[in-house]
Amino acid sequence: MNGGANGATPAQTSRVSAEPIVIFDDVSIGFEQKPVLENISFQVRSGEMRILLGPAGVGKSVLLKLTNGLLRPDSGRIFVFGKEISAMREKDLFELRGAIGTVFQEGALFDSLTVRDNVGYRLTEEHLTEDEITARATEALRFVELDQTLDKFPSELSGGMRRRVAIARAIVTNPKLILYDSPTGGLDPITSTTIIELVMKQRDVSHTSSIVVTHRLQDAFVLAMHHFDLAQNKMVLLPPHQTDPNTSFLMLHQGRLVFDGTTTELIHSSDPFIKEYIS
Amino acid sequence: MPLATIDAAAKRGVLAVQEYALLSARALSNIFRRPFYASDVFMQADIIGVGSLPIVILTGFFLGGVLALQSASTLTQFGAEAFTGQLVSFSMIKEIGPVVTALMVSGRNASGMASELGSMIVTEQIDAMRALGTDPLKKLVMPRIVSTVVMLFFLVILSDAVGILGGGFVSVSMLGQNGTQYFNTSYQSLEFPDILQGLVKPIFFGFIIATIGCFYGMKTRGGTQGVGRSTTQAVVWSSILIITTDFMISRTLIGIFGR
Repeated sequence: MNGGANGATPAQTSRVSAEPIVIFDDVSIGFEQKPVLENISFQVRSGEMRILLGPAGVGKSVLLKLTNGLLRPDSGRIFVFGKEISAMREKDLFELRGAIGTVFQEGALFDSLTVRDNVGYRLTEEHLTEDEITARATEALRFVELDQTLDKFPSELSGGMRRRVAIARAIVTNPKLILYDSPTGGLDPITSTTIIELVMKQRDVSHTSSIVVTHRLQDAFVLAMHHFDLAQNKMVLLPPHQTDPNTSFLMLHQGRLVFDGTTTELIHSSDPFIKEYIS
Repeated sequence: MPLATIDAAAKRGVLAVQEYALLSARALSNIFRRPFYASDVFMQADIIGVGSLPIVILTGFFLGGVLALQSASTLTQFGAEAFTGQLVSFSMIKEIGPVVTALMVSGRNASGMASELGSMIVTEQIDAMRALGTDPLKKLVMPRIVSTVVMLFFLVILSDAVGILGGGFVSVSMLGQNGTQYFNTSYQSLEFPDILQGLVKPIFFGFIIATIGCFYGMKTRGGTQGVGRSTTQAVVWSSILIITTDFMISRTLIGIFGR
């Protein structure tokens, strides 16, 4: 990646293909007779990062869990990689989930397993050899700069380190889609920046499609306005008035999708709720 | 409205029974499907079986002893102190051994299962497991059911043996009875239906302990408070079901074999 004449990051080109890998078609779900999500329809195309915004408790995590089949909708259809997951049995979803990485709030690491066993969990279930598991877990941990923690237990790690191990666990199988559920929730600003940098690195270096749930606007706009520079091994600001072309936004409000568009469209939206939310 | 509350409570009860039945059926069907998590079965067998040894041995020994002690005065009134061994072995093998051992194991392990699985639920570890392509019923529930049923069977046998020993110790050292007579009567009076009753019960009780513990664990909601609630409910309901199932098995087998 060569810099421009003044050393600024050059304009980024879009890698997003027209082929959608996730399709929500008029999806609704409720709990205890209360609707949570109503008539949600959107798509995620290959190579795209969709940032899902919304107030706390609006159903962002529910939408993520619908995407990998952990929850089933009450109505509507969900397609992932061309397959209707809303109609698949649980045991048929297990194989599909090999191509989907999920980073849960708080990390959701297995307490009784070491970092190496956590990251290599899926590989263990697939009966790879111990050496292969160690090698691939180390590679994934190197991506998140925690390759020295293989033998540690989650309780010995800080919150930020646990979140990074969770990212390593999600990427170890080279998934085509990654779902991030509030990856910086509860973390201090410096650690949050480290996590966001890793999310960005996955987008820009590995070109993985993703849905990022966050209620932190600063994280969302950092993702939209920065690009990960592999040569410098850090994120760099895009030129003025430019946003990452592979990143777009979704916004939920009172269970409905009130915005689906680019960063520029979000910033210039005339919707009163959106204007108040991003102000 | 009281009727609405009763209606809602009844529906919740029926739903709970349905969910319990589904969980048990799915977990059992996984015994015959790959992958079979043998290492998890052995690990649980160690935790449930070997880990419960001290409490089972102590309980069995003192129960046998107290049975001999308490029956002594009544038997002496009828000149029947020679039947102490028979009374202790009958009681231990048919009822006290299976039921009290199951209650001890339930208090220790049903609560452990509920709290462990409940903690995994509230920290999204179960969701993470499903997202990583592992069926939690196969990985977590089935090993616990298999190991509890198998280990409780042997724990009850051990409890019965230790209980009879405890009764013998009290009979000989405190009641001045003849040891040979005690052990002869405790052994010779037993017949096949007695042993069958004593060994069928732990299979049912082991199933109840594991399924109830796992059911309440997997149903946990509401953070750490929810984990506490699940743990308590698991112990309470497994204890209730053990005692009611004991009555039903006893009635059925006595009806079949006449003793």
